[in-house]
Amino acid sequence: MTESDAASGQPQQDGGNPAAAPGAAPSRRAVLGWGGAGLALGAAAAGGAAAAFGGGTDMVSASAAGAAVPFHGEHQAGIASAVQDRLHFAAFDVKTKDRAELVKLLKEWTAAARLMTAGLPVGDVYEGLPEAPPTDTGEALGLKASRLTLTVGFGPGLFAKDRFGLEGRRPEALVDLELFPGDNLDPARSGGDLCVQACADDPQVAVHAIRQLARIGFGRVAVRWSQLGFGKTSSTTPDEQTPRNMMGFKDGTRNISGTDRAALDKHVWVGAGDGSDWLTGGSYLVARRIRMNIETWDRTPLQEQEDIFGRDKGEGAPVGKSKERDEPFLKAMKPEAHVRLAHPDSNSGATILRRGYSFTDGTDGLGRLDAGLFFLAYQRDVRKGFVPIQRNLAKSDVLNEYIQHVGSAVFAVPPGVRDKDDWWGRTLFA
Amino acid sequence: MRPARLTVVATSVVAALTVVTGCSEKSDKGDDAIRVAASDSACDVSKTEFPAGKVQIDVENKGSKVTEVYVLFPDARIVTERENIGPGTKASITAEIKAGDYEIVCKPGMKGDGIAKKVKATGAQAGGEKRSPEADAAVAAYRAYVVAQAEETLPKAQAFADAVKAGDVEAAKKAYAPSRIGWERTEPVAESFGDIDPKVDVREDGLEAGQDPAKDWTGWHRLEKSLWADNKIDDNDKKLADTLIADLTDWQKKVGQAEITPTSIANGAKELLDEVATGKVTGEEERYSHTDLVDFKANVEGAQKAYELLKPIAEKNDPELSKQLDTQFAALNTLLDKYRADKTSYEFTSYDKVGETERKELSDGVNALAEPLSKLAAAVAK
Repeated sequence: MTESDAASGQPQQDGGNPAAAPGAAPSRRAVLGWGGAGLALGAAAAGGAAAAFGGGTDMVSASAAGAAVPFHGEHQAGIASAVQDRLHFAAFDVKTKDRAELVKLLKEWTAAARLMTAGLPVGDVYEGLPEAPPTDTGEALGLKASRLTLTVGFGPGLFAKDRFGLEGRRPEALVDLELFPGDNLDPARSGGDLCVQACADDPQVAVHAIRQLARIGFGRVAVRWSQLGFGKTSSTTPDEQTPRNMMGFKDGTRNISGTDRAALDKHVWVGAGDGSDWLTGGSYLVARRIRMNIETWDRTPLQEQEDIFGRDKGEGAPVGKSKERDEPFLKAMKPEAHVRLAHPDSNSGATILRRGYSFTDGTDGLGRLDAGLFFLAYQRDVRKGFVPIQRNLAKSDVLNEYIQHVGSAVFAVPPGVRDKDDWWGRTLFA
Repeated sequence: MRPARLTVVATSVVAALTVVTGCSEKSDKGDDAIRVAASDSACDVSKTEFPAGKVQIDVENKGSKVTEVYVLFPDARIVTERENIGPGTKASITAEIKAGDYEIVCKPGMKGDGIAKKVKATGAQAGGEKRSPEADAAVAAYRAYVVAQAEETLPKAQAFADAVKAGDVEAAKKAYAPSRIGWERTEPVAESFGDIDPKVDVREDGLEAGQDPAKDWTGWHRLEKSLWADNKIDDNDKKLADTLIADLTDWQKKVGQAEITPTSIANGAKELLDEVATGKVTGEEERYSHTDLVDFKANVEGAQKAYELLKPIAEKNDPELSKQLDTQFAALNTLLDKYRADKTSYEFTSYDKVGETERKELSDGVNALAEPLSKLAAAVAK
């Protein structure tokens, strides 16, 4: 879809009528002021957003601070959408053995996501029964939608034999990732039957969203691991500054633009003839927790740092060029430079949409910053996207001296939720 | 153990009624008094209906055993009581009794359920809401459970205390966890008597500012530390064993008077799971003895008992919730059974032998049950 009025328009004032301005920024508090009727209207507003915009590749820009990204669309939001500032990513194990229970959960999650992405609580916060715990935990009350997107993925375990009757529906492209050279994967930070990626400009909104979904899921799913991210490292909006990673470099410059429909169709969205009809309009997600050896990196001379990346540190220009967006000339770079090895031209055209975040989980017991890149990449086929690129990088990248992959997961990301009657995973389960 | 909560309120002060007891008080109503003739096999009440207000009950023990007489609410909560009425002696009890249904109960020998007679205080029903008969039944049954747990605990605690006093470390270690089961099953009610829990079940880190562990730390966990961390029993420990029994006796005496409501039973069940989630799954509760899974099981049993008593109400008000709770209680019990060879015994795997993956699995099971259980109070309050 193209940019909507909501995307380019000004943010709504706090207290604005949520029903009148879908896609704008209803405040959770303002909506609550309406009581039960407000909730109903809010839900209708979310539905209305879908009717009005009907696509998942909306580009609600950062200038529309607090705005809502439409939840409904052909594709799930949170992939081609303009990258928000904050992340809470959670992987879940499915505990129930009952397929109907799992379907029920996905429907409940969809309903909750519909509300939260519209800036609404999932239920009563302080107006419920005094004897009952509030339905919504309340920490996002009064906060705006903050471009919250919630994106769901299905891990390989879901398709296991004798589980939910899905063994015949596992897409061939949903491969179990091989162990790449240098991988030091922690099982407690890897895998998962389901994932939810929550991105928002306000960290409290993203954390709130995962918390509600985890709570709704207790007994049917259990959080296996989760990761907070605080600074986007790639952008899907070429006219914006590319943010820097924890090494101080711009490493997300050449990414797929969220408005480049041709590139998205070619490299990100699963097509109708790709082999798994239920996944048409969906994508594949690879998540990798990449720990950086921050202290040793910081002791590395500037020239070496720039040689390793293949870009200069100040502007982010490729070797021999003057501007960040200049076309890289790979042969001018060292053979093992990161940008050169990761470039499509070095990988038979393999192209992925990166959407990673920096993370810092305090320090480890040795006083070293536990920081790095939580790498998230969307692609049409893992075998033609992440796998060849990572094989190349794991083999030769000089950056490997300063990084270690410590967590890994792969998910099939179903298509978007079309309208108010649709739900996450319908095409797989229905 | 943790700071007392307000869910269950002890009736040391019940605003609704003032109880005055004493033999010396003269009746100003003459024949208006209710005469109770208590014997070893009967509890004859002179009238079963009387006007609400200040009521005098004159008791005569015509039997051969020491007896006690109670006036109970329909949910078995005590309105007033008189203990230790010796054979051939008389006692009189005066109480302010509101309109409503009650039972007068004689307990020859001061044990067992006693002999009950239904009575009615007539007059305008006071403002308070009247509970459904099934709610009253649940409360009465839960009260009986709580009282029975306290009664069953005392001999087990005594065995533990005796072993400590005999200086027998091994026997004391063996008796330690079993002595805690009844307490752990009903802890939220025990905690409602704010002063008992900090005496018997506090952990070293739970002491208040200014309290000295050497002087002020009493109860099970103090002895647990001596037995497992120090592996010896000193004279102070032997005194602490007596203190534990005195405090538990106090609990056993008070527990029948706890104000219990369907909502407080439900919240108590949730709190038992909270206890598991914060203290047992982490291994903090029994950090020296590692008998956390025994407490864990007892907490779950106490929560399940509470739920089962409320189930007739919950099933009607929220059948979906009731179904979830049935499933999750069963699932958690199955999970716990993995840690004991004999499903009738309370010999569980030492918690220091339970790995991270298994602890995560237990934690997931607790969350799976605790989340729906947190909705039970609302379901019974509907």
